[in-house]
Amino acid sequence: MSLGSAGEHGSEITGEIENYLVDEYLPTIGIECHVQLATKTKLFSSVDNDARDAEPNSKVSVIDYALPGMLPYLNREAIRMAARAGKALNAEIAHESRFDRKHYFYPDLPKGYQISQMYQPIIIGGHVDLPIGGRVRIHHAHLEEDAGKLTHYGDHSLVDLNRAGTPLIEIVAEPDIHSAAEARSYAEELHLLMTYAGVTIGDLYHGNMRFDVNISVAKPGEKLGVRTEIKNLNSFRSVERATDYEIKRQIELIENGEKIVQETRGWLDDAQQTVSQRSKENAQDYRYMPDADIPPVVLTDADIAELQRDMPLLPSDYRSQFETMQVDGSVIRVLLKDQNIAALISETLAQSDVKTARKIANLFVSSLAGEDENAGEADDTPASALPSVEHLITLANMIDGNELSSTAGKEVFNEMLAHNDDPKSIAETKNLLQVSDEGAIAVIVDEVLNDPVCAKAVADLRNGEEKVIGFLVGQIMKRSQGKANPGLAQKLIRERL
Amino acid sequence: MDSEIAKIVERVVSGESSARAEVEKAIATAKEKEDLHALLELLESEALARADGIDARIKNGENVGRLAGVPYVAKDNFLTTVGHTTAAAKILENFESPLNATAIERLDAEGAILIGKANLDAFAHGGSTENSAFGPTKNVVDPERVAGGSSGGSAAIVAAGVVPFALGSDTGGSIRQPASFNGAVGYKPTYGMISRYGVVAMASSTDVVGPLTRTVADAELVSEILAGPDGRDSTVHDNYFLTQTSDKPLKIGLIREFIGDGVDSEVVTKTKEFVDRLKAAGHAVEEVDLPMAKYSLAIYYIVVPAEVSSNLARYDGVRYGLRSETAKSLDDVYGQSRDQGFMPENKRRIMIGSYVLSSGYFDAYYLQAQKARTLLIQEFDILFETYDFLIGPTAPTPAFKLGENTADPIKMYLADAMTVPPSLAGLPALSLPNDANDQGLPIGIQIIGRQKDDARLLSFAKTMEMNG
Repeated sequence: MSLGSAGEHGSEITGEIENYLVDEYLPTIGIECHVQLATKTKLFSSVDNDARDAEPNSKVSVIDYALPGMLPYLNREAIRMAARAGKALNAEIAHESRFDRKHYFYPDLPKGYQISQMYQPIIIGGHVDLPIGGRVRIHHAHLEEDAGKLTHYGDHSLVDLNRAGTPLIEIVAEPDIHSAAEARSYAEELHLLMTYAGVTIGDLYHGNMRFDVNISVAKPGEKLGVRTEIKNLNSFRSVERATDYEIKRQIELIENGEKIVQETRGWLDDAQQTVSQRSKENAQDYRYMPDADIPPVVLTDADIAELQRDMPLLPSDYRSQFETMQVDGSVIRVLLKDQNIAALISETLAQSDVKTARKIANLFVSSLAGEDENAGEADDTPASALPSVEHLITLANMIDGNELSSTAGKEVFNEMLAHNDDPKSIAETKNLLQVSDEGAIAVIVDEVLNDPVCAKAVADLRNGEEKVIGFLVGQIMKRSQGKANPGLAQKLIRERL
Repeated sequence: MDSEIAKIVERVVSGESSARAEVEKAIATAKEKEDLHALLELLESEALARADGIDARIKNGENVGRLAGVPYVAKDNFLTTVGHTTAAAKILENFESPLNATAIERLDAEGAILIGKANLDAFAHGGSTENSAFGPTKNVVDPERVAGGSSGGSAAIVAAGVVPFALGSDTGGSIRQPASFNGAVGYKPTYGMISRYGVVAMASSTDVVGPLTRTVADAELVSEILAGPDGRDSTVHDNYFLTQTSDKPLKIGLIREFIGDGVDSEVVTKTKEFVDRLKAAGHAVEEVDLPMAKYSLAIYYIVVPAEVSSNLARYDGVRYGLRSETAKSLDDVYGQSRDQGFMPENKRRIMIGSYVLSSGYFDAYYLQAQKARTLLIQEFDILFETYDFLIGPTAPTPAFKLGENTADPIKMYLADAMTVPPSLAGLPALSLPNDANDQGLPIGIQIIGRQKDDARLLSFAKTMEMNG
């Protein structure tokens, strides 16, 4: 089971070939994604399901450990989450689904079989629309339990069963993807859909979503090529880069007159290469069999409706709302990364107007800018830690009404993110309110115009050099510690010159 | 016949006897009958300590439960926190369970006292206990003969008068056939009446827990305590078991295939005598056909090994149980531990099961067998539209000689031919002592009921007990 060396299969491959050659081929890509469900307990035992940062083997029941005579007892919460995941995928929920056993021996698989759904999965069909365009059809998605984890140390290995029995849904897409960019977009959209639907924490770093990418290449119109599968990719970047690498590797092999071997490959992040792990000849016979310990899951239409009740808005719902704000696609992208922020903007939009909501959206985007594009954020900002819609609208109005400069507005906003206070009191406490009192500003304007330092600028302005008015306003802002209303200051300068 | 359990409880609670006295008596008898090799472990000190606890509570005026002070034995595939749980297999020889099976918990909660763990065919694979890794149990009537199996130890210990009841498990006849061989009552409930939690699994789709007793009344009492969901076995039905009395004349079908070729003539004679007694009691009896019966063993020996191969996969030497000391690699740990820890019959079933599940054979064997199983169930359904109960012998012969069938697995499997069909259909079935042959070897009659008709089956069986 060890990773093959990077030199195996295609040591000649550089992964760098002429683009015109790449363009002659059409890659066909199908993605399977394992999503760890955010149930409180495991799929078949009542042990805590979230084992992040837990001591090894501290979240293991007698069922997960597979003591003799132990029986799986289905966690109904997993059924609820599967139903909701299905809804987010525009899929049908089966009226009857069943569990099967998939057999193989490995120390991280205590029962000697994994409980999965081979013959009658719970989620059937569906599709995901990619934000970059295109639709990926879903073949089905099934429930299954995760295995444990093995860590190798020299001549021995250690088993951690914390993850054994964790519920997963495996989403199997049709091979509707034809580029690395689409592969990434699909992975990102799936992540959004599953986190918005509330079925997973979506922590990619901890393997909450893992992607297996099946790739083949062929010239358009020709029959599909031999496919390889890259297993266990757990970031959007690795999905994109591994897919890109593998497409080029396959094309290069074909161009060199070599054969592509149907096999499982792994992605080496350090080397940025895929390597052979297991060829089809060594494929295991899993001896699938119905699991008689678990009765079929039978759901009526009414049951399914109940399980899917009160679904939250999904990314596509927000997208169509936010498009009315006439903001850039990248703004929407950033907003959608945090479901609570998206919900807040949506609410703001509902309670105010496009202009106000856009202002607030931009404030969020500038404060979120710089976060790692590739990270699958573990957690959204808790809704309770976000400013209220009421306060946000107040803030937007203050900026709009020149009570706050845009710089001061940002400062107030950042303070609101830290402590959800009323923007008015924040501005007052921080002494950020713009002075719009003509008398007060006129005093400063007179001081500046009479300041010898500004004499040249005053003269230039009189001679029609409009540019220098900015310098003079700047001086006024400086003396007023940023609080003077710049528009008013400009008006007063003109009146005097 | 009257409940023996009720008499013990009455003696213990009234002070005429005590839990300690009852346990001491059972242990003394167990020691007298040691040659039967019915027990793998006698839990003397644990049982006496528990008896003293129960006596103290009774003295305190507490209600200890419906089984106060009643000693019993559990087949050694029931997980118990006292003693070992070996399933009579080397791979679990030193296994100590951290928890009790649901059945054990429920009996304990009613004041019963576990005095020992009974022998069985390793992992319940077999019909004679000759597949036990620790030697066979002998027939209570003739020590040259088998006790039957796989619950041979439980049947022998009850028939020998050591305890009034023992727990067994039945996958294809493992309670009924040894009950028949030793002259005990063996009751296999409807699949899903009693939780299997904590019972070493053999075949998940036919395994059931049930009692072996000397009277039907005791089987009824114990079943009433065991029945119903526990939140740990999701195949258990809501509790439907409500004891009742049977007095109406019934329509009963005698399964023709069960008294045909290859069935011992004395067994047939005794079965016909039972029919006469039924008629004398006012019941209508007709011979009926169950054509799928002849395929039952073929179905069973595909479906059950498939499930066996799966359920035994956890015994891999990694976490508990035997781990080969000579193993140098992961494959060695699996291969050698399983080779050393399983009996030949275990390996045979694992191999058959792996074969019928492998790709390319699954459709031809496993799926085909499941379809045939459905046809068998349909035949039962049709018969039960007309008949209240179906009857036939429990086994084609009385107990056979030790070693007689060990060389020929097919011959051994034939001993299950009549108990397997109700198992495949999940039906309740009871083996009732029905006299003995010339040599005094017990013969059993099997009464089969509709699904969930357990209570009525027991109440009917009570009326047909000999000397009853």
